[in-house]
Amino acid sequence: MHESILVYRNHRYLKWALVLAAVSVGIYLIDRPLGAPNGGTWLGYTLGCIAGGLMIWLAWFGIRKRRYGVGKVSLEDWLSAHIYLGTALALIATLHSGFQVGLNIHSILYVLMMVTIISGMVGLYFYVRYPLLLTENRKGLSTEVMLGQIAELDRDVRQIAMTMDDATNAAALKSTQDTIVGGTVFQQLRGFDEHCPTTMARHFVESSTSGDHGPQRRQLLTRLIRKEDLLKRIRRDVQLRCLLRVWLYVHVPFSVATLAALVTHVVTVFYYW
Amino acid sequence: MGDTYKIAIVGSGPGGLSAAAHAAKSGVSHVLLERTDHLSDTIYKYQKGKYVMATPDVLPLRADVTFSAGKRETILDNWNKQIEGVKANVRYKSDVTAVTKDGAVFKLKLADGAVIQAENVVLAIGLQGNLNKLRCEGADLPHVQYQLDDPDAYEAETIVVIGAGDAGIENAIALSKQNTVILINRSSEFARIKQGNLTLITNAIEKGDIQVYHSAETAKIEENAIILNTADGQARVVCDRIIARLGAAAPRKFVESCGIKFPNEDRTSLPEVSSTYESNVPGLYIIGALGGYPLIKQAMNQGYEVVEYIVGNPIAPADQPLLERKFAGLKPANVEDVLAEIREVIPVWHSLNPLQLREAMLDSDTHVLKTGATIFKRNDYTSSFFTVLRGTVGIQIDANDPSKVVTLGPGAFFGEMGLISGRRRSATVVAASDCVVFETPRRTMLKLVQSVDSVRRTLDQVAIMRQVQTHLAPGVPAADLMELVETAEIQKFKAGDVIFAQGDKGDHMHLIRSGSCTVSMRVGGKDVVLSYVPSGNYIGEMALLADMPRSATVKAAHNTETVCIKGDAFKSLLDRSPTLKANVEAKFRQRIKANEQMQKQPEAGNIIEFLIAQGVGEGTDVLLIDESLCVHCDNCEKACAETHGGISRLDREAGPTFATLHVPTSCRHCEHPHCMSDCPPNAIHRTPGGEVYIDDSCIGCGNCEQNCPYKVIQLAYPPDEKFNIFSWLLFGKGPAPGEAMTYKGNNGYDHGEKTKRAVKCDMCKGIPGGASCVRACPTGAALRVSPEEFMSVATLSG
Repeated sequence: MHESILVYRNHRYLKWALVLAAVSVGIYLIDRPLGAPNGGTWLGYTLGCIAGGLMIWLAWFGIRKRRYGVGKVSLEDWLSAHIYLGTALALIATLHSGFQVGLNIHSILYVLMMVTIISGMVGLYFYVRYPLLLTENRKGLSTEVMLGQIAELDRDVRQIAMTMDDATNAAALKSTQDTIVGGTVFQQLRGFDEHCPTTMARHFVESSTSGDHGPQRRQLLTRLIRKEDLLKRIRRDVQLRCLLRVWLYVHVPFSVATLAALVTHVVTVFYYW
Repeated sequence: MGDTYKIAIVGSGPGGLSAAAHAAKSGVSHVLLERTDHLSDTIYKYQKGKYVMATPDVLPLRADVTFSAGKRETILDNWNKQIEGVKANVRYKSDVTAVTKDGAVFKLKLADGAVIQAENVVLAIGLQGNLNKLRCEGADLPHVQYQLDDPDAYEAETIVVIGAGDAGIENAIALSKQNTVILINRSSEFARIKQGNLTLITNAIEKGDIQVYHSAETAKIEENAIILNTADGQARVVCDRIIARLGAAAPRKFVESCGIKFPNEDRTSLPEVSSTYESNVPGLYIIGALGGYPLIKQAMNQGYEVVEYIVGNPIAPADQPLLERKFAGLKPANVEDVLAEIREVIPVWHSLNPLQLREAMLDSDTHVLKTGATIFKRNDYTSSFFTVLRGTVGIQIDANDPSKVVTLGPGAFFGEMGLISGRRRSATVVAASDCVVFETPRRTMLKLVQSVDSVRRTLDQVAIMRQVQTHLAPGVPAADLMELVETAEIQKFKAGDVIFAQGDKGDHMHLIRSGSCTVSMRVGGKDVVLSYVPSGNYIGEMALLADMPRSATVKAAHNTETVCIKGDAFKSLLDRSPTLKANVEAKFRQRIKANEQMQKQPEAGNIIEFLIAQGVGEGTDVLLIDESLCVHCDNCEKACAETHGGISRLDREAGPTFATLHVPTSCRHCEHPHCMSDCPPNAIHRTPGGEVYIDDSCIGCGNCEQNCPYKVIQLAYPPDEKFNIFSWLLFGKGPAPGEAMTYKGNNGYDHGEKTKRAVKCDMCKGIPGGASCVRACPTGAALRVSPEEFMSVATLSG
C-alpha cells in the first residue's frame, strides 16, 4: 500500500537510469574518437547536452515541489526520478569529460556537481533511515506531548525542592530554568548536552549525603530521572529532525552554484571554440 | 357585557399575535386575550440572549408582523412595536377559564369574571402554558422552578436540573459556568436530544463540570435536598435550587371543556383540525403548537391564514407558489391535484397529514424523465430517497449485465439503501419508461422516519427484502424469501457492543445494513482481530452451516444496524436454492482460509483494532501516514494550505500512531457524517464521489466543529485576496509571505466585517488529480484509503 521512493512503481525510474547509463557506457566503449575522448567529440557533445539538460531538469524539482495542486504526475514520481536520474548524471558527466580533470572552470563545474550529487545521496540515506528511528524514539508521543510532560515534571520538581535544603533547591531550580533543548544547528546535531543542568541536578541529588528529607529526595530523584529520559528522547528527536533537513543546506546552494557554473562552462566552451 | 367581536384570539404567541395583527390590518373586529401582562410568554421565558431560529428556511413568512432569526430580546421588541403599530386590540391579564357556545356566539369567561363574546374563537395557546410538573411530595416548595429565565442570575449554588431533554441540558450547561450542577436523567442515556447538545453535555460531563444521575427518578423533595430513586437504591442530594424541565402537554382538560375532541387517550396526542384549522366545533379554530405545528414561522403563517379563512377568503397556504414551481413540469400541475395523487399512489406518503406532505414535497425535487435517463449510478455516494409517481423505473441488479433489470412501478420507492447505510449506491437506476419521480433528501426522510411510525414500518419491511436480495440472496425470487424476511428483525448496536460471542450457540445470522464490525478470536488468552466487515456483508453463517458454536466474537465498530435472520429460515432457503448454497459455502471456505492466515499475523489484527479505535471504521476515505517513510517535511500541510486559501485542513503531527501507522487529524469523510447532523443552513453536503464539504452558506455557528468527534473542522476567516510579495514589502498589504492570515495580525492587518466560517477537508474536489496532500508527499508516506482496503494496509505493515 505505502511504497518507498526507492521501489516506487516497481523501480520504474531505476530502470530508466540504468538504461541511460548502459547506453552511454556502451557507446563510450565502442566510440574511437580522434585523440583522447573528451567533451569536444560528437559523443562528448551529445553526453554534454544530456548532462546539461538533466542538471536543469533536476534543479526544476525545487520549483515543482512548491507548486501545489498542479500537474498530473505526483511528487513521489518526481522525487523517485530525481534520485535515480541524478545518480546517473554523475556517470554521464564523467563520460562527457573523458576522465580529464584540470584546474579550470570546467572541472569546477564537475566538482560542484559531484558535491551536489553526493549530498543528495547522503540526504537519501537520511530519508530512508531516520523516519523509522524517529518514530521508534517517540514511542507514540509527539514532541509537543513530551515537552508538556517535562513542563509538568518541572512543576513537581519545583514544589518538592521548595521543602528541601538550599543547595538541592538551587540545583533543582537550575534544572527547571536552564535546561535547553535544541539551540544552534550544531547543538541540535549533537543530540546531547554534557552540561545539562538536569543531569547535574540528578548527580547532585544522588550523591548528596545529607540524611534529611529521605522521602522528598526519592521523589525528586524519580522525577529528575524521568525528565532526563524525556530530554534524551527529545534531543534525539531534534537531532534526527535536524539531520532530515540539514543536508539540504549543502544540496540546495551547491545545486544553484552548479547551475551558475554550467552557464559559465557552456559560454566559455563556445567562446573559445 | 360588551359587543360581540368577529374573532377572539386566545394566546398572544407567534400564532395569536400574527392573527391579531392581520385582523387589525384588515379591519376585522377582534380581541387578543393574553393571560400575562406581556406578549408571547413562551418566548418571553426563553433563556436571556437565546438565539431563536427561523426554520424551515424555505417556507416564506406570510404575516403582518415581521420575524427573522435573531436574539430573543430583538424579536420581542420588534413584535411589541409592530403590534402597537397596527393598533391590535390586546387585552392583557385575561386568563380564559371557559369557552362555551351559545347559538352562533361564543362566550369566553375570564378569570377576573368578565365575559367576552365572539362569533369565532382562535385557540393559539400553544403547549408551554401547561408545563409538566413534578408529581411527588414537595413539588410545590419555593426552591423548585419549572423555567429558567437568566442562568447568569445564579451564582455559587448547587442546582439540580431534572430532565435531560434539550431544554434541561441547555439550562444545565448555561448554569454550570458559575454553579455546581447535577443533572437527573430518567433514562440510561441521552436519547432524544439534538446532536449539538449531546456533544456539549458529553464534554461537560467529561470535564467534570456537570454530574449526572442516569436512570434516576425523583422520589421526594425536601427543604434543601432532593431524594432520588436510582438503580442502586435511594440517594439524597443536597441542593439550593431545583429546576425541572419536563416538557409540556396540551392543556387537555381546558381544551376538552371547549367541546374539542382528541383522537386518542395518549398524553401527547393533539386535537385534529381541518385544512382551514377549524376544530370539530364549528367556528372554533386551533393554530400553532396545539395543532401540531410548533415552529414560529408555521404558527405565524397560520395566524394570518386563519383570519382569511374566517372572513371567508379561502387563500392558498403560504408555500403554494413554491409547490407550484416544484410541480411545474407535471401535467396537470395543479398543486392540490398533484398532492392528492401523491397521497393516493405512493403508500409511503399516505399516512402523512396535509402539512407534513407539503413540507416533504417542498424539500423534494420533482424529476420528469424520458425513457432511458439515468437517475443514479452504481457506486455514487448520493443518499437521497426516491418515490415513483408515474411511469416505471428499472434497477440494474447485475453490474456486468445492464440488461438484467428489476422494474418498479408507480407508488414504489428506491434509493433507501443509500439512505440507511451511507455507503455507495449498490445499483444503477434508469427510467424504464417516461416517468415522474420525487427525490427527497436524506435529512427530510430521517425526520419523517423518526416522527411518523408508518413511514418507518413501510421503509423497514421493503428495505429488509431488498437488502437480503442484494447482499445475501441475489437472483432468488421475492416469494422464496418471504419466510426469511417475515421472521427477520432489525437490531441496533452501539460501538463496542458484542453482536455475538465466541462459544455462543449459533441459531441466527446477521446482515449488516449500516455501520461495520470487527471479527475477533481468542487465541492463547488474547483477543486477535481477524477482520473488519463493512455494511452490505453478512456474518454468523459459519456456525449455522457447520452446526457448531460461534468460532469468533463479532463486535460493532461503531453504531451499527443489522438484519437478524433466523437460522431455520436461512437453512430452509438454502435447501431450496442450490446456487445460493454453493455461493454461501464458497464464501464460508474463503473465510476459514483468511481467518487462519490472520491468526498467523497477530500484528495485522492489532493494526485493525487500532484503526477501529480511532474511529476510522466509519470513514469512507482516511488519510494514513506511514511514519517509516515520512520525513516530516510538512509538504502535505503546505499543499493543503496553498490549495485552500492559506488554511491547512490537516494537522500532520497531531493524532495517534500505532507501530508505524499514523492517523493525522484530518477528515475521514464518515459514512454518516457527524458534522452534517445539525447544520442550521444545511451547508454541509456530500458529493456523489463521497467527499463531505461545506458550501458558502455556512453561518459560522460552530455546530459542526463541536459535533465532529475527530476535531477536523475549524472556524477560520474566509480567505483574503492574496497580495504579492511587493505589495506587502512596499505598502504593508496582507500578511507576510508564509504568515498565517490572522485577525489583526502583524501590520494591523484587519479582516473588517468578515465572520469566521467552518472549514474542513473537501478532498480537493474541483482540483484535477485528487487530494493535494497525497500528491505533494515526496516520499509516498501519505495515503488516502477506504476502510475496505484496511486488510491490505494491515497485512503490509504487519
